[in-house]
This record gives sequence, C-alpha cells and structure tokens, in this order.
Amino acid sequence: MTEITRSKARLWSRLGARAVLGQALLEAAKERDDFYVVSADLAQSSGLGRFRGEFPDRFMNAGIAEQNMIGLAAGLAKDGTNVFATSFSPFVTMRACEQVRMNMGYMQLNIKTVGLGSGLIMAQLGNSHFGIEDGAVMRAIPGMTVVCPADGAEIVRTVEALCDYGKPAYLRLTGGPGLPVVYEEDMGFRIGKAISLREGKDIAIIANGTMVHYSLKAAEILAEQGVDAAVLDMHTIKPLDTEAAEAQLDKKLIVTVEEASIVGGLGSAVAECLAPKKNKPPQLMLGIRDCFPHAGSYAYLLEQCRLTGELIAEDIMKALRN
Amino acid sequence: MTPDGSGMDEKKNERIAELKEHARHMRLTSLRMANRCGGNAHLGGGLSLIEALAVLYGAVMNGPGLPYGEKDKFILSKGHGVLGFYAALAEFGVIEESLLDTFLQDGSDLIAHPVMKPEIGLEASSGSLGQGISMAAGLALAAKKKGYTYQTYVLCGNGEANEGSVWEACMSAVNFRLDNFTLFLDNNHMQSDGDSEGVMNISDRYTGILKALGFQVIEIDGNDIAQVYDAFMEPHETGKPKAIVGNTVKGKGVSFMENNNDWHHNRLTNEQLQAALQELEAAE
Repeated sequence: MTEITRSKARLWSRLGARAVLGQALLEAAKERDDFYVVSADLAQSSGLGRFRGEFPDRFMNAGIAEQNMIGLAAGLAKDGTNVFATSFSPFVTMRACEQVRMNMGYMQLNIKTVGLGSGLIMAQLGNSHFGIEDGAVMRAIPGMTVVCPADGAEIVRTVEALCDYGKPAYLRLTGGPGLPVVYEEDMGFRIGKAISLREGKDIAIIANGTMVHYSLKAAEILAEQGVDAAVLDMHTIKPLDTEAAEAQLDKKLIVTVEEASIVGGLGSAVAECLAPKKNKPPQLMLGIRDCFPHAGSYAYLLEQCRLTGELIAEDIMKALRN
Repeated sequence: MTPDGSGMDEKKNERIAELKEHARHMRLTSLRMANRCGGNAHLGGGLSLIEALAVLYGAVMNGPGLPYGEKDKFILSKGHGVLGFYAALAEFGVIEESLLDTFLQDGSDLIAHPVMKPEIGLEASSGSLGQGISMAAGLALAAKKKGYTYQTYVLCGNGEANEGSVWEACMSAVNFRLDNFTLFLDNNHMQSDGDSEGVMNISDRYTGILKALGFQVIEIDGNDIAQVYDAFMEPHETGKPKAIVGNTVKGKGVSFMENNNDWHHNRLTNEQLQAALQELEAAE
C-alpha cells in the first residue's frame, strides 16, 4: 500500500483524478502482474501514458470502440484476471452500457470500468462529455459496485482496493487538476464503508466525489449560523453503507450532495435505504437538477448547479427554515 | 495409408459420414426439444448452424476436462441458436441428454439464450446480439498474452452482423493478429423481419468485407459437412484471424421450415414434429 503523507496528498490532488489513476495503476503494476488495462484510445487522457510505456504487454488499446473494449476486457477477464477498462464516463457507462450489463452484471466478470472526467469537469466540452447519469445507470445494473472517491488520496486507496476486489465495479472519477484535498493521511478506506468526516447533531450531509470537500465547506458556514452538521463521505454508492445512513435518522435533516444528476444517484440510493423507516427526517437532494447545464468553465458550472460550499449551505438553510 | 494417400481420404470420408449422421441426429434432437418445450423456440436459426456445430464439437475442438488454458473455447454469439447448440452439447457428451428435457422449463439451465455456466459447456451468456465476437477476441488475445494454447471459435449470425459492435470486434481481431481466432458467420440470408436482402442488403458481401479488413476468409456452403470440415481444418495464416462465411439455409433440413421466416420463432405442434421427423428419417 502506498503511504499517504500530507505532501503526497497535496501533490495527487494538484495532479487531478486522471493523473492519479495512472500513477496508482503504475504503482500497482510494479508490485503485481495480475491485471491488465484496456482503453478506448484514451491512454494519454487516462493518465496511462507511462503505464503503457513501462508495461506495454499489459496495456491494450481497443480503438475508439467502447463496446468492443468491454467485450475484449470480458475475454481477458474470463480466467479471473482483473481488467481495468477506461474511457470518459458517458462513453464507458452509456455507449457500452449493454456490454457492461451483459459482461459485468450478468456474467459477473472481473472488470473494473473507470469513468474519467465524470461530473462537470469537462466543463467547456459540453454535455456530450459530462458524467451526470453514469453513477445512476451503473447502479441500476444488478451486481455492480460503484465507487466515487473524494480526492487524490482516496483515489489511490480505491485503485488499490479494486486491485484486490474480485468483482465487477465502476470507478467514477470526478474533479480535475487542483482537486480539493480532503485527506492528508490514511483514511482507512474500505469499499462499502462510509467515512465520517465531521460529527454534528443537527443535520447530516452525505456526499461523495468532489462534493465531499464542498460539503465540509458548507458545514463550516452552517456552524457559523448555529447549525451543527455531520459530514459523511459515502464514496461507495453501491453497495451502500446502510448502517451509516440509518445512523443519521436522529437528525433534523438529511442532505445528499453529488456532482451528478439527482435522478438515480447517491441521493436516490440513500432515499431507497431510508424510505421504509418510521419517523425519519426529510431528505434534501442536492446535485444537478435533471437538466443539461449550460457548458462553461468548471466554476461556472458548479455555480449554475448550486454545488459550491456557499450555495450548498444556502440551500440547506432554506430547507431548514421551511 | 496407401502411398497415394487414398487411405487418408477414406478415413476422412468415414469421418465426414459420421459427422453427417451426427448432424442429422442433432436436427432430430433440436426438433424434439422445440416440440417438448410447449412454447415458441428459435427453429430457423437453430437449424441453419447444425453443420458448423457438428464439425466443431465432433472434429475440431478438443475435449472437455482439460485445464482452462488448453480447453478450446466456443462462444455462441447469436444466442438464439440454442436448439442446435444444446443439441451439439448433448450429441458430443458435454452434457447429459436428459438435461435437454428441461429446455425452457422453469428453473432450467437451458433457456432461450445461453447463460454462462462453463461446467455444462456454456462459456458465455448471450442473447444481446453483436457482443460475443468481442469477448471471443478477448479470449484469443488473452491466449496470446498468457501463452494459453486453446483456440477460440465464435459463431455469429448474418442478421447479428447488422450490429456495429461486430465490426469493432472484427477490426480488433485483425489489429491484434489473432491467428488463434475463428469466426463462423452463419449466413442464412434471413433475419427476424424477413430476407436480409430486404433489411440490410449486404449478405452477399461478407467475404469481400472481411478480406478487406484483413481476415483469412473461406466462403462455403455452410450446410455441407465436407466443406465445413475442410474450412475449419484449413490452417490459420500467420498473424490473421480466420473467418468462415458459411452460406446456410434458415430452417435447414425441414422442407416446410426452409427459408420460411414463420419459423424464426414458433411453436412446433405434435403433427408438425411428426412430419419433420419423417422427412429427416427418410433423409438417412
């Protein structure tokens, strides 16, 4: 396991999700020879340039053909070998959705799809490149695991965990270079186990990906206004840490925050878990509100979707007043 | 063997005769399964591929029980071809014949499209067209990477070849120089909505398309056992994937089903079964 230090955590987050993915896979490949990496002509964009150079026998390019990439990965994984398959999030989860469903869901082959640039980080490139439905679509497939880490250090830990995870999974990568740092030391990451980042007695904010950082920011703002907010990093959307979600039932309000559509993602997963409970608090679902946002800078998009610390806090205060 | 090699010919002729008999028996089995299940079954496309599977299972692929890296792999990409496929598994001892009685019954492992279960010879789940070729290419690629000795065979339908992913897979089979990969294209010139010529009119061009891509291509009558046998036995050209374009007849072997798309997916009554069996038995 790579040691996590403050300086490394900062470096990783500066490099951004894709570069960290490439680095984590490169480090893993130095220690183990039991996995392959395939890409749909996005090795460079996946931060896998060095991996391809140093381990040419373990990297394959399927061409700009995501469906074929998943099929090739299935054949490579048939003997149990772990195969990471990378492309931009809409292409790997939706262009190749049925291949994922057949090979990873139905056949449970040991493939890890990686959705690069998920959420809104593709900013100027437009909605063709945004990953706003990917988590929901992947979560709907039986037998899929879906993980969305918060920062560079957590991406490193997730990749390490996925190397030892003998089941199909989708790794959803949000944020770009200059990813806000959430973890400066080992966070005790385990797939399916939420991480409590802040205790609080009034409300609970459950977030993942980049929104963990913004939720912590929101919690600071709320504290100034007398609202004591707990913050949970629910990095694994499926299987959901139901125990951690249920532990929030004593709060006045449960808030879910995701850099994704509010339809079908983390918020829905939490709502599905808590729906049968009696005497539960209301749930405020924050995320992209069932629209294709207008392309622009990343900051402009976060603002437009009300996904900054200030705007999250504002929306929570509004909900508390109602 | 005699010096002129005629002994070899004789042996081959015997083998071909045996395989023909197996194919005939597989047709009887398929029809009985279709009738016994009591509902609709994909008869047309299940009967066109019988010769391909008789030769593959009867003469080409190595036996079950070998380690993973040695045992040849077969993927039925046109998943609806199960009647001929399950019949082949029973015909050549991969599964017990009694298992066929469960076809389409609740709880059975033998449903209308294969569900992966390697222990009964089902290497992949299929049913969504156009996916098996990529998986087969991945299997062949894995063999190249890991030094596995198995050969990979995949059977694709001509209707299925409307799917773009088929061609993505074919490109990569050429790109990765998969000379341990054989695609059998069951070109029965029909599909769900009728003649392929009226749906996607390229059924006479597969040889040219595949050759242009860089495949070693052999075009044959895919219902002629001797031609199918020779095509599978033809060694791979170094560095090239092989494609056998088998021109076949949908519903082959039963006159009222041949080239009649009513039998794409239909129920076979007792009377129809008897008529079909009589015809096949007379063909002995």
